[in-house]
Amino acid sequence: MAVSKAKSAAPDARLAAIISPVGGKWASEARKSALTRLHDMGLPTRRDEYWKFTRPDELTKADATPATLLETDEKPVFCDIDRLRLVFVDGVFDPDISDQMAMEHVEIEPLANAAEKDIHWARDIYGVLENSGQSPVNRPLAALNTATATQGMVIRVTGKAPRPICLHYVRTSETADAVVHHIVKVEAGGDVTLLENGPAAARINKVLEVDIADGGAFHHVRTQGRDHERRAAAHIFARLGTESSFKSFSLTVNGALTRNECVIEILGDNAHATIAGAAVGDGKTHPFHQDDTVFITHDAVNCESRQVFKKVLRNGATGVFQGKILVKPGAQKTDGYQISQGLMLDDDSQFLAKPELEIYADDVACSHGSTVGAIDADALFYLMSRGIPRAQATDLLVLSFLAAALEEIENEEIRKDIFGRLEAWIERHRN
Amino acid sequence: MTALDTMKAKDGVDQETVDAVQSVEKYKYGFSTDIEMDFAPKGVNEDIVRLISSKNEEPEWMTEWRLQAFRRWQQMDEPDWAMVHYPEIDFQDIYYYAKPKSMLVKPKSLDEVDPKLLATYEKLGIPLKEQMILAGIEGAGDTPAEGRKVAVDAVFDSVSIGTTFKDELAKAGVIFCSISEAIREHPELVKKYLGSVVPQSDNYYATLNSAVFSDGSFVYIPEGTKCPMELSTYFRINAENTGQFERTLIIADKGSYVSYLEGCTAPKRDTNQLHAAVVELVIMEDAEIKYSTVQNWFPGDENGKGGIYNFVTKRADCRGDRAKVMWTQVETGSAVTWKYPSCILRGDDSSGEFYSIAIANNYQQADTGTKMVHLGKNTKSRIVSKGISAGRAQNTYRGLVSMHPKAKNSRNYTQCDSLLIGDKCGAHTVPYIEVRNNSSRVEHEATTSKVDDEQLFYCRQRGIDEEAALALIVNGFAKEVLQSLPMEFAMEAQALVAISLEGSVG
Repeated sequence: MAVSKAKSAAPDARLAAIISPVGGKWASEARKSALTRLHDMGLPTRRDEYWKFTRPDELTKADATPATLLETDEKPVFCDIDRLRLVFVDGVFDPDISDQMAMEHVEIEPLANAAEKDIHWARDIYGVLENSGQSPVNRPLAALNTATATQGMVIRVTGKAPRPICLHYVRTSETADAVVHHIVKVEAGGDVTLLENGPAAARINKVLEVDIADGGAFHHVRTQGRDHERRAAAHIFARLGTESSFKSFSLTVNGALTRNECVIEILGDNAHATIAGAAVGDGKTHPFHQDDTVFITHDAVNCESRQVFKKVLRNGATGVFQGKILVKPGAQKTDGYQISQGLMLDDDSQFLAKPELEIYADDVACSHGSTVGAIDADALFYLMSRGIPRAQATDLLVLSFLAAALEEIENEEIRKDIFGRLEAWIERHRN
Repeated sequence: MTALDTMKAKDGVDQETVDAVQSVEKYKYGFSTDIEMDFAPKGVNEDIVRLISSKNEEPEWMTEWRLQAFRRWQQMDEPDWAMVHYPEIDFQDIYYYAKPKSMLVKPKSLDEVDPKLLATYEKLGIPLKEQMILAGIEGAGDTPAEGRKVAVDAVFDSVSIGTTFKDELAKAGVIFCSISEAIREHPELVKKYLGSVVPQSDNYYATLNSAVFSDGSFVYIPEGTKCPMELSTYFRINAENTGQFERTLIIADKGSYVSYLEGCTAPKRDTNQLHAAVVELVIMEDAEIKYSTVQNWFPGDENGKGGIYNFVTKRADCRGDRAKVMWTQVETGSAVTWKYPSCILRGDDSSGEFYSIAIANNYQQADTGTKMVHLGKNTKSRIVSKGISAGRAQNTYRGLVSMHPKAKNSRNYTQCDSLLIGDKCGAHTVPYIEVRNNSSRVEHEATTSKVDDEQLFYCRQRGIDEEAALALIVNGFAKEVLQSLPMEFAMEAQALVAISLEGSVG
């Protein structure tokens, strides 16, 4: 089990400089306790087992490395989907260019407002799920987020939301260093879809805490912005009640560094969780490093979890997958599935994986698979022999490889939108 | 007897499997030999390191080598990443050197060895008299396998008490002796290869071993030689509070072949004992080493009292092209196992295989697996690991498959299955996969019933019902793993063949 050890002096100086902002009573307390937590565990270093495949330096240093803005005429993803749009500019919520924060069965409030109040229901979630997700593995960047975040959305869902809520991140500055913390509470029988898109900032540290009560459903689809030089550490902490459902899909195209951590605790019987991701990276002009780190804890009977991750890598791109299924004693009838696959389009890229299982119950079916390789020569030959040119045949095979992850997106309209983005990326990045 | 008696296996785990695990649990080698011992003082320091070196009549360079390791060890921390938990070991409360008194004057031949010692090995099923052919571990029957000879090096606590068939092996040019003898008689070979696969300061336990190893086996197979018989080392810990630190070094020169067996047992004692060995294999061009282990250290009693801490570093270096190595291990003993027999596939077209069955019961903890490091082109590796947990045991597979950029067109296939019997135990899988080129293929699987559909279809087509067909295929598969064991060890492992993987989890 990972035990935090005293860290060296350099990050200590950085830690000492971190101050948590003052807010209402509950917010101040939550931030203070997160700061204490952070001091106890220290910032991650390269020597940490959990950061074996990804260097945390860029995420932990005091100032964000500037990142050039990407000029593109591509329409933002989800723009054709009927959604409630909330815009963050350089990590700061801008109500003037956002939609009205009102929708049937949904209460939305900026974190800044909620944090000012002395009493707020958010108290039972903010930093609470994050704290729970700190064991057995420390996630210091998430504690840093809880301690310092002032921006974010606080969302409560009491029934079926009529349309998706979209958090749209826009970048205008080359140096913005954003810390954003959202919380979503899905009440019993609530059902909501949360979309996220855009590059947010030169560096973003994001936490999303989701508490799903009995019978609630939460759908999440995000794309992380095509800016080449941006860096992101995104965390999801979710807690699942009885017969609830959690589905999250992430698309990563480009980005110097993306670390997506997802920590799911299944506490109610008959619940379901799916975490899927597709990543495409081309290291030709800019470095690409993408890391999916998932930890699913089964602590209830008859629950199902699925992890499906696909990464297409070329020109020195790096794809990382660290996935773990923990089945606690008594979590019988668990069905855990995990697949991580890397498709390497040339000899320079790398795929690093650690698909873990830790099982303490005997009546469970858990499986994990991980494969890495090049495009199947036979499949390529088959397509070419039918008159499809090599480049097009390769694209087809890459898309079909990624399709398995995309299929985890329930909403067809959103799935098609994401698929279109991938097609466009592949076309842009033909060798 | 054990907790297994009252344990209810869940549906789908057949009784045969439970019985097999149970029979393994009856520790047959728990007796101790009452024999006068010569101990070095408890604890470890530079004087003890020098003492061990002088007891083995080692040259100065060897003493210096040990001291270097010892100094490094003092600066190192005990690793804590494995999924094993045990009370802190007091490294100063262990005897680092224990030698039967009768061995103080080195016997010239086996005939001069203390009969008590010979009887001990006899009782373990390891006759050390050359006229007798090794009939296999208990239960092998009365008729020994025809014409099969196995040369044995027997290590009792800290010293080798004798090596059989030395003359016959010498005729073939094979050197098989204790490592202490090799340091004296073949210093050039030892100097060249010792620590070249597992460096002095490789890890905490290997470094400690480098400082205090007392004995072990040395094998050199010359170019183009197929070793005329199987070689074997049998380790026995007897004395109380004694750590066993043995060192094995096997060199297979170009185009040679050797099959090597290793067995180990210890008496039942209430206290834990430490066994920290290092095994180094060097495999040159076109050579092959088959290394098989039946690890049967005392696992502790049903309440988790006593047992051996088995912290072992084993590594094979395929230095030449087309070199081959095969590790096979059947792990049934030890209170705590921490062991990862690894393959460095340096030569082009070299190959490494790892077959493992680990059974943990009661309070046993096993964290074991392998590392396959692909450096050369067209290298191949295969990992088949089966872990079975019962009682309150924890069984972890931990492995690394690494494809370096230059390891073009390499292949790895990994399969690990786990079976849980009872709801108080745990089964874990921690594989690391690092692929740095795209012409290589790596596949890792750990699925419930990974049975080939075609095979299943074939059986079904011939009127065999699905369950029977599954059993047939799974059993056939398990046997395939066990068959890679040399015959004598296969006997020991036979009890495990019945184990089916029904109801298993990844």
